[in-house]
Amino acid sequence: MDLSAFLYDAVHFIVLLGIIGSAFLVVKFKDLVSATIALAACSLLVSLEFFILQAPDVAIAEAAVGAGLTTAILIFAIKGTRRREEY
Amino acid sequence: MEEMSPIVKTITKIAFAPIFLFGSYIILHGHLTPGGGFQGGAIIGTLMALYLIAFGAVKWRKKLLSIIESMGLLVFIGTAFLGLTSGYFFFNFIGGTGFPLFGEKLQTGELIDGVFFPSNNAPLLSSGTIAVMNISVGLEVIAGLTLIIVAMGLFAFTGKEGGE
Repeated sequence: MDLSAFLYDAVHFIVLLGIIGSAFLVVKFKDLVSATIALAACSLLVSLEFFILQAPDVAIAEAAVGAGLTTAILIFAIKGTRRREEY
Repeated sequence: MEEMSPIVKTITKIAFAPIFLFGSYIILHGHLTPGGGFQGGAIIGTLMALYLIAFGAVKWRKKLLSIIESMGLLVFIGTAFLGLTSGYFFFNFIGGTGFPLFGEKLQTGELIDGVFFPSNNAPLLSSGTIAVMNISVGLEVIAGLTLIIVAMGLFAFTGKEGGE
């Protein structure tokens, strides 16, 4: 295996691990603002994954909507309710 | 709602023009490069969210935004119906005909079995109705997403559904 293909696979693997890790953090956090920021990071990594899979259209839409607008809307919603999750 | 610190406001003022330019570029080059009306509109909608968060209480004209959203959709479906005049629904009736706006004739491309396939590095104003539809979808998405953000922000900070 030549070096560029190895680097491509390595970056792809790291991005996939990051998606899984940040998605786990979204569920794990009890502070909802932290969970929202983790969701934004997950969305940004999903956008990067779309770009690696050669769908730049979807990557632009995911980066703008997922990482930008969804975060703002969720933080407004948290501002209107409670910050801590209780169970 | 309250506004944020002078640092955030200054950075927002600096970043406003480049983000707006990038969103407009994505919309206007929708037929040539990745992106299009929805993607560029979402970028400019994110810019509006940044502006709302940084500057807080600004008089947002929700009626005007609602009218812009409806106008975008009407222009889209109107362009689609205008194709009926010279062909069928969604017919590209100004592409490649020499019409002054968006109708530039294609120079580069190849002829395969009598059908002209334009190459990917076509001129900017050569797309016909596609650019018109991209711009109308872009306006619609900008107005719609800004309305969503403004409604959520007003509800979060005042606790009641905002009027004017």
